[in-house]
Amino acid sequence: MTTTSVRPYPHIQKDTVDKFPAPLLYIGWEDHLMFCAPFCLPLPPTLKFGDMLAGPLPGVFGAHPDFAKIDWSAAEWFKSGKAWKPDVNKTLAENGLGHKDVIRFRTPGLHGLNGSCN
Amino acid sequence: MDMKVKQKKLNLKDRYNLMTRDLDWEPSYQKKSDIFPYLAYEGIKIHDWSKFEDPFRLTMDAYWKYQAEKEKKLYAIIDAFNQNNGHLQVTDARYINALKLFLTGVSPLEYMAHRGFAHVGRQLGGAGPRVACLMQSLDEIRHSQTQIHSMSNYNKFYNGFQNFRHQHDRVWYLSVPKSFFDDAVTAGPFEFMVSIGFAFEYVLTNLLFVPFVSGAAYNGDMAAMAFGFSAQSDEARHMTLGLEMIKFILEQDPDNLPIVQRWIDKWFWRGYRVLTLVAMMMDYMLPKRVMSWKEAWETYAEQNGGALFADLARYGITVPAGWTQACKDKDHISHQAWATFYNYGAAAPFHTWTPSESEMEWLSAKYPDTFDKYYRPRFEHWAKEAAEGKRFYNTTLPMLCQTCQIPMVFTEPDDPTKIAYRESDYSGMKYHFCSDGCKGIFDHEPEKYIQAWMPVHQIYQGNCFTPEADPSAPDFNPLAEVLKWYRMEMGRDNLDFEGSQDQKNFKAWRDLATAN
Repeated sequence: MTTTSVRPYPHIQKDTVDKFPAPLLYIGWEDHLMFCAPFCLPLPPTLKFGDMLAGPLPGVFGAHPDFAKIDWSAAEWFKSGKAWKPDVNKTLAENGLGHKDVIRFRTPGLHGLNGSCN
Repeated sequence: MDMKVKQKKLNLKDRYNLMTRDLDWEPSYQKKSDIFPYLAYEGIKIHDWSKFEDPFRLTMDAYWKYQAEKEKKLYAIIDAFNQNNGHLQVTDARYINALKLFLTGVSPLEYMAHRGFAHVGRQLGGAGPRVACLMQSLDEIRHSQTQIHSMSNYNKFYNGFQNFRHQHDRVWYLSVPKSFFDDAVTAGPFEFMVSIGFAFEYVLTNLLFVPFVSGAAYNGDMAAMAFGFSAQSDEARHMTLGLEMIKFILEQDPDNLPIVQRWIDKWFWRGYRVLTLVAMMMDYMLPKRVMSWKEAWETYAEQNGGALFADLARYGITVPAGWTQACKDKDHISHQAWATFYNYGAAAPFHTWTPSESEMEWLSAKYPDTFDKYYRPRFEHWAKEAAEGKRFYNTTLPMLCQTCQIPMVFTEPDDPTKIAYRESDYSGMKYHFCSDGCKGIFDHEPEKYIQAWMPVHQIYQGNCFTPEADPSAPDFNPLAEVLKWYRMEMGRDNLDFEGSQDQKNFKAWRDLATAN
């Protein structure tokens, strides 16, 4: 059912990709709720996945004492909640990531401050 | 003032009829559907408007006199409070941040309620509900005014109050209460009556005004207490109007039931999400606490709300869809909300802090199953970092829920260690939600929510800078520019309470007031 209205309802899709400097990617770190929510980042589709891990991510998640201990080769990834394997040598676009996709990662052995998921 | 008249006074019923239904007339040269164009499209069927029983009818005669008296008392108290430097009598300057939250988040909603009821008071098909809505519209603008007046006293002494109206349309977290009301006033008249007349007035104001006003009293703020009691005595009538309207709609036609139920589900959930701010205020922002959010939820929602839904059960209405989850969440949302404002303490026009050790003990006693296990570790870590001069500020923008617009901070109902992620595909794009409740609302009316003004997305689209900003300048600092656009002064209106100008001034002035 569409929106009930007296006249035809306008289709205003406010956040289409053309309105942003780069497509948005949402990214969350499991078991680390010190960061209250997943992040929203505009990232160029040509950025290599590995470069994202080395570049923007430390600025985003680096304040957590666990961050420096991450072994990225052991990280488990999820896309829209389903297990997923990114290729670090491929770009975000080549990894199939599009505007407003949501990914999250789990870092085995690292479960937040004293293992409290914080 | 009563005038001496020779004629016998009309009785209450006759007087009410003269002042409401007698003001109505049957149009002779215009179609009713042209005069009331919004009555049919929502699908609600009304057969006889005269069956509406106005909850204002019994108090109507005394209404003007009572309201005038309340107004006089309120301003006398505010005046006495100001003359006596009442702002120094509050427990602690941290308390004043609860007022900043209220002034920016709630008072503009009272004004929107005024506009909404004025609109609906024009559009409903019966004279009874039209007059009732007009009276409520007057109450609501009065609430907005009294709140602004009561708090304006603090603006002379403390930071953060100066641009609340400007900020309401712009600041990220204020999109939460704003979008709630924008959603309601852009709905049809019947949905508005259920959303605001029922969900907001009934479900929310008890949880908002009673603990908030008690909190003001506990913390020595007589001015806020006075407006609260003045407003709360109106809320009882407003709640009754919402409830009468629902009963009236349901009694008019059996086809109305599923529509009303869906609105109750939607507006309970939207209202409940807005209440997150109140939960945080009660557990973290009041230096002297009244009761925990969990206790307030049990008293005002589970017991009072439970009785309400038992009353509506005979019409076929069931408990709102999100009720069970809301009852589970009572152990969590206040902590999650305060942690969020602590994260983004550089971008909100009030101060934040980590709870003291004795406050953490209180939280631990009130939340024995959750606080120590899930929340204490992050507050202790942050306190330690702050003591080392590394106060944690999150500077990356968060992912938001498309419906309630709150950052995606809420966890799964049965697992407080996992953020709840929900998503829908619509019109070639993904949309994300914090809960089944918010996803369900979007999926039913996606065209309404795809046009949501999402603060984070708007910042990235470059729509949140002042006209003077030059994003191509080499030293362009987006966060600083956004704060400028909010009209917040960096380092004065925001950041940690510890070391703030408010904290220093309050101490200096109180020392002057209590020493020779």
